[in-house]
Amino acid sequence: MNRALPLILLATTILVFATVFLVILPAGQIRSAAIPEGLEPYDAAETRGRAQYVSLGCVYCHSQQPRAPEQAPDTARGWGRPSTASDYAFDSPHLLGTMRTGPDLLNIGARMPSRAWQLTHLYQPRAIHPTSIMPSYPFLFETKPEAAAGDVLVQLPPEYRPEDGSVVVARPEALDLVAYLVGLDRTYPAATPDLRDNGYAEAREGEAE
Amino acid sequence: MVFTIGTLVLVSFAVSLMALVVLIWAISRSDLQLDQHDADTIFEAEARPAGFDDPSERTEDTRSPIGIGGEDLHPAASRQAVLFMLGMATLWLVIGSVFGLMASFKLHMPDWLNDWAPLTFGRVRTMHLNLVAYGWATAGGVGLALWLIPTIFGTHLRLPRLALLGGVLLNIAVAGGVTAIGSGWTDGLEWLEIPWQFDILFAIGALCLVVPLLATARHRQVHHIYVTGWYYLGAMIWFPVLFVVANIPGLHVGAQQAAVNWWFAHNVLGLWLTPLGVGAAYYLLPRIIGKPIYSYRLSLVGFWALALFYSQVGIHHLIGGPIPTWVVTLSVVQSVMMFIPVIAVAINQHPLWMGNLSAFRASVPLRFVAIGALLYTAASFQGSLEALRSMNSVTHFTHYTVGHAHLGAYGFVSLVLFGGFYYVVPRLLGRVWPMSWLMHAHFWLVTVGFAIYFVSLSIGGWLQGQAMLDPARDFLASMELTIPYLTGRSIGGTLMLLGHFAFAINLVAILAGRGAERMPLAAAPQPGE
Repeated sequence: MNRALPLILLATTILVFATVFLVILPAGQIRSAAIPEGLEPYDAAETRGRAQYVSLGCVYCHSQQPRAPEQAPDTARGWGRPSTASDYAFDSPHLLGTMRTGPDLLNIGARMPSRAWQLTHLYQPRAIHPTSIMPSYPFLFETKPEAAAGDVLVQLPPEYRPEDGSVVVARPEALDLVAYLVGLDRTYPAATPDLRDNGYAEAREGEAE
Repeated sequence: MVFTIGTLVLVSFAVSLMALVVLIWAISRSDLQLDQHDADTIFEAEARPAGFDDPSERTEDTRSPIGIGGEDLHPAASRQAVLFMLGMATLWLVIGSVFGLMASFKLHMPDWLNDWAPLTFGRVRTMHLNLVAYGWATAGGVGLALWLIPTIFGTHLRLPRLALLGGVLLNIAVAGGVTAIGSGWTDGLEWLEIPWQFDILFAIGALCLVVPLLATARHRQVHHIYVTGWYYLGAMIWFPVLFVVANIPGLHVGAQQAAVNWWFAHNVLGLWLTPLGVGAAYYLLPRIIGKPIYSYRLSLVGFWALALFYSQVGIHHLIGGPIPTWVVTLSVVQSVMMFIPVIAVAINQHPLWMGNLSAFRASVPLRFVAIGALLYTAASFQGSLEALRSMNSVTHFTHYTVGHAHLGAYGFVSLVLFGGFYYVVPRLLGRVWPMSWLMHAHFWLVTVGFAIYFVSLSIGGWLQGQAMLDPARDFLASMELTIPYLTGRSIGGTLMLLGHFAFAINLVAILAGRGAERMPLAAAPQPGE
């Protein structure tokens, strides 16, 4: 290895080779799939709420990709059917996530559709689950002496209410974020069951044969 | 579908295997003209005999490298560029680990510092990652490369002013990008959070650093490119390509974007930080000990197999996810193939320092590099196993993976960088480290701290994963059981941060002119004095 040029050329070729397999071919396969019938684009409030979700880094604790029953009890936990590539047709940035410090949220809207519950939980997760380690987001809310017309009040158990008797109302950011969360519902039938990693199902079938 | 899966995996596997066969054949024919003697290139490039060499505490070893023709390999302009990068890297390390420790505490003290959005867990954690990955490891790794490439090639750094400009741009991009993340402005993809507007600056900075390094390689005065040079040259090509393709805004969407995301994120480890670390270790181990590496021909297999297999492992981050089975399987297979290059590097590096334990005991820089190299082997073995479907079901989505990531990025890359800094800075300044006790304290704080860190997260993460797979247990149980382990991680992390402070204080002191200088030859103390 006494010459730099062959080394650089071969190194580049290898990376291109990998890019073809990991980027270009899957892109072709995924993008050629039709958008599922049950999947709607995000509306204006959901889009703003999704931007909040991204900006606050919710993805670092919550995945959005239920696994198959052959691999893990995600569906049994009420997190929904295994997701497929078509379920994310409108997602940019994607929010698949790599951690489950908290539960999977791809179908949180179907599981927990109450706006009031979501607002309380965002203001103080420990008001609902005492052992929760989710951050509270007080800066998405406003504490004032009394609610004005149009304000959305946050329902709180006595120990989490402001001591001076003032009320907690949701700022627009909190309402948007909740609009996004309760809109997360991909319980319609899977459009492209092959566009996901079915490696565990195949292994299970192989054992059965 | 079956056709696609079968053929593509098979084609990729066959090509990889064929390339490996061609490589072995080429080596056996000596086409690549490489033999054990070439391992001595590092001792020949510099007009200085081989022998135990530890400039961190011995003033006589702090001489700046002189080339074969008597050329000073590090004139003032290049010295300035190296010191700038090493100084900035250390600054980012300290700030980045403060954020890391904050994020760690927040996981068991969830209401701490929650009143202000920039200090919420999701942002603090992300500022930590970007600061240590692009500030510390990248700037530090490139800083070492700016010193090592001229040294192994026996010539001075070309275009040092351009390199310095590149370094400045790169660091501005890191500062701007991380500030943006703190304020909530992010691209939102793991490892790619820095907004693309700052990425442009970062890419230009990287290019300004790559060009001088390639130009220096072109003017080399040695007959052979030492193995460190292969890793560095490869990395200098790979990183800019990866970084630009992954950051083009609006090109990728949905599940396909996730594939690009992990193609990039794992390659930034495998084809950027790993070559920077392995390349540095390949130089520092033999140079400090004063003996060539064990089996030089084997390093060829290690390098090319790394390039072939590591470039395709990224999708193992999406096992069980919404990506076609064949892509996931391909990455699983290549992850297991990674055993080949890792074992090759292990055979080359470990016998060298294990056979010279007196040097290992005597030299703190050597200890950092040797333990870093050992943890590279460990992290890679662990990574290959984690990519297996059965193990991935347990460890994916848990803190076990966080422990693994730190075994690679901290245990391996950062420890090698620490050793490299302790070796290089005295030779740049002609002075030993002013407070050697702080260097020893640094070593013990970070090794003990990291051991606590890693063991806590690995046990906690494994139990978390098993609880998550058990349908009889509530999901909350999988989170609750991790609390003691997360607390343990904070204790380990605190020790690591203290170690970083010890390191930074020493660096500030030596840059400020403290530390014993090498005596001019004439004024050297006479025997009996």
